[in-house]
Amino acid sequence: MPATSLLGPSLALSAVLFSLGVAGVLLRRNAIVLFMCIELMLNAVNLSFIALAQLHGASGHIMVLFVMTVAAAEAAVGLAIILAIFRLKQSIDLKQINLLQG
Amino acid sequence: MTFSHAVWLAVALPLAGFLVNGALALKRPRATGLISVVGPGVLIAAFVVSVGVFVELWREPPGAPIIVRLWSWLPAGRLQVDLAFQVDQLSTVMMLIITGVGSLIHLYSVGYMKADPGYARFFAYMNLFVALMLVLVLGSSFPVMFIGWEGVGLCSYLLIGFWFNDKVNADAGLKAFIMNRIGDVGFLVAMFLLWRAFGSLDFGYVTQHAAGTLARGGAIVTAITLFLFLGCTGKSAQIPLYTWLPDAMAGPTPVSALIHAATMVTAGVYLVARTNVLFALAPLSSTIVAGIGALTALFAATIALRQYDIKKVLAYSTVSQLGYMFVGVGTGAYAAGVFHLATHAFFKALLFLGAGSVIHAMHQAYHASHSHEDAQDMRNMGGLRHSMPWTFGLMMVATLAIAGIPPFSGFFSKDEILAAAFARGGQAPVYYVFYGMGILAALLTAYYMARLMAMTFMGENRTGERERAHLHEAPWIMTGPLVVLGVLSFVGGVLNLPHLVGGHAALERWLEPVLAPARAMGGLVMPEGSTEYILVGAAVAIGVVGLLLGFRATLGRRMVPAKDAAPDTGLALVLNRKYYVDELYDRLVVRPLVWLSRVVLWRGVDQGLVDGAAVNGSAWASRLAGGGLRLLQSGHVGAYVVLFLVGALWILRAVIR
Repeated sequence: MPATSLLGPSLALSAVLFSLGVAGVLLRRNAIVLFMCIELMLNAVNLSFIALAQLHGASGHIMVLFVMTVAAAEAAVGLAIILAIFRLKQSIDLKQINLLQG
Repeated sequence: MTFSHAVWLAVALPLAGFLVNGALALKRPRATGLISVVGPGVLIAAFVVSVGVFVELWREPPGAPIIVRLWSWLPAGRLQVDLAFQVDQLSTVMMLIITGVGSLIHLYSVGYMKADPGYARFFAYMNLFVALMLVLVLGSSFPVMFIGWEGVGLCSYLLIGFWFNDKVNADAGLKAFIMNRIGDVGFLVAMFLLWRAFGSLDFGYVTQHAAGTLARGGAIVTAITLFLFLGCTGKSAQIPLYTWLPDAMAGPTPVSALIHAATMVTAGVYLVARTNVLFALAPLSSTIVAGIGALTALFAATIALRQYDIKKVLAYSTVSQLGYMFVGVGTGAYAAGVFHLATHAFFKALLFLGAGSVIHAMHQAYHASHSHEDAQDMRNMGGLRHSMPWTFGLMMVATLAIAGIPPFSGFFSKDEILAAAFARGGQAPVYYVFYGMGILAALLTAYYMARLMAMTFMGENRTGERERAHLHEAPWIMTGPLVVLGVLSFVGGVLNLPHLVGGHAALERWLEPVLAPARAMGGLVMPEGSTEYILVGAAVAIGVVGLLLGFRATLGRRMVPAKDAAPDTGLALVLNRKYYVDELYDRLVVRPLVWLSRVVLWRGVDQGLVDGAAVNGSAWASRLAGGGLRLLQSGHVGAYVVLFLVGALWILRAVIR
């Protein structure tokens, strides 16, 4: 079975994972869960990069490494922010984080 | 070093006087001794320079005018204007009149203004005026002349409103300034047109190239000259812009003598004489100049018949005599116009200074008795010849001069203008009308001057019992200049004695180099033989008849002081109220303008458009937009994510399409 035959299912899985991530971001209130949903979306994109790399060469792989680096950095900063908010509010419920309301 | 190249000294000296006196006015206003030396001193020094320049020019054969270039003022592409002075026959004559008569008036002011708290300020302004007037006559190009033209207007404004604590005086100053601005626009437009036509604004260049550049009687030269003349009507108080001059009498009397009789108001006549080449190319403009001059001469003379304020009579007389000068230059008799300018400077300065002495005496008399009667109203005077014999005698000389009685100076100059108008009538019959108006105005001139003299100096005194003892002659520092002016008014005619009485028309020949270009374009055949005798005889007869009528009519009536006088009625009232021209201008120009400014420009444009729509409108719009957009900042992360998603999808859609 040629490697390209897995392209369709891979992209479909990627789309499903991405949609799950979007839905989680839209619907959940817990900041940690929301954060995990964002990671899910990133990894869905990674999956589609890997799948398409079979057609377009190594640039897809390189892109995945970049995305993973950025995601790691983002996780560090994001978790630090969530920790700071928790210290301030004793909660990480998004409903209560509305300091920027105009 | 020659005097001609040091001509800038004549300007620099009064300017230095202005700086010194101005500094004193700010720091030591009561340093009267120093001010009395500096104020007239710089003028006398400038007069010495002027005499030096004149003598030098007299000795040399007439050649090209001497241009004294000081520095480059406006180097802008093709427009090159130097700050340069032009020494020639015409500017020398003007220099002598300005510094000579100016020195006398400055000396007189030492006595007249001595007690005034603004003594230093007065001399600062006067010196500045003389400096700028000299710039006006010496400027070698239109823009340099314009510096002086505007500058003397400024000094006139400052000096009319010298006693600015009284609102009437401040208003009179403003009126003079604004009316002059209208004329100045004409001067400016003329300069723009000249620049387009010639590409240069130097008098020398324009004089040389006028005949080759402009078509005789063409539209351009006519427009240029008419705009120049608009400037003249403002500065020299001709119809329709004359109404500021009578109001300018609000200033101190020496100011009226120097600025509003002898020098500044003659700037228009000087301008026409200076640009005689252009006016010679535009016969229509010249006719209009002469026509306006004749009309003004007659019109102002009728108003002077029924004024009671001694200075107002003289003011309208000045307007009238300026009209004569314009008849002269409009007729093409430029030398005659300048001649009358010179003699008028002598006798009108004398009249004003004499009136100043009278007012000085009246004021002191009323001051001594704490009375609040009008010190300038001739109805309160009468019989002053007993207490002020010198002033009476000298003013009589000036009266005979202005009335045109030979051999006084005014006779020669006025006669020459009228003869020239008559001669021009042979070519253009309308000039016969101007001649007739001039003759009629001469009759009225003699009449109102006789009335002035009779009301002021003759008959019974009406000042009041207590005041009479305080009326006395002015101090010698005031009477001295009057004597000199009296001599000049008497013998001023020798400047330009006509051939008729064995003279050589000296002034006319002296001015020949300046006026030759115009002469070459269209000469004037002056009447000779029997015609000349008849014209002279008519002029003299008119003057004598006017004087006799004036004295008889005034002395034949019993006069009462101003407070007991019955109000004028009928024609006398119309004349006394100056034909209601001020009221007419007020209704036609001032009020619509104020209404326009208040209702349209202030409430409509400024408050409505600028404040309402632009300033407050933009603030209101951004506040409204801000209020709407504020709602988007809900502070809920979920809402932001939804918006983010919608935006991302929208961009995705745009990219895919």
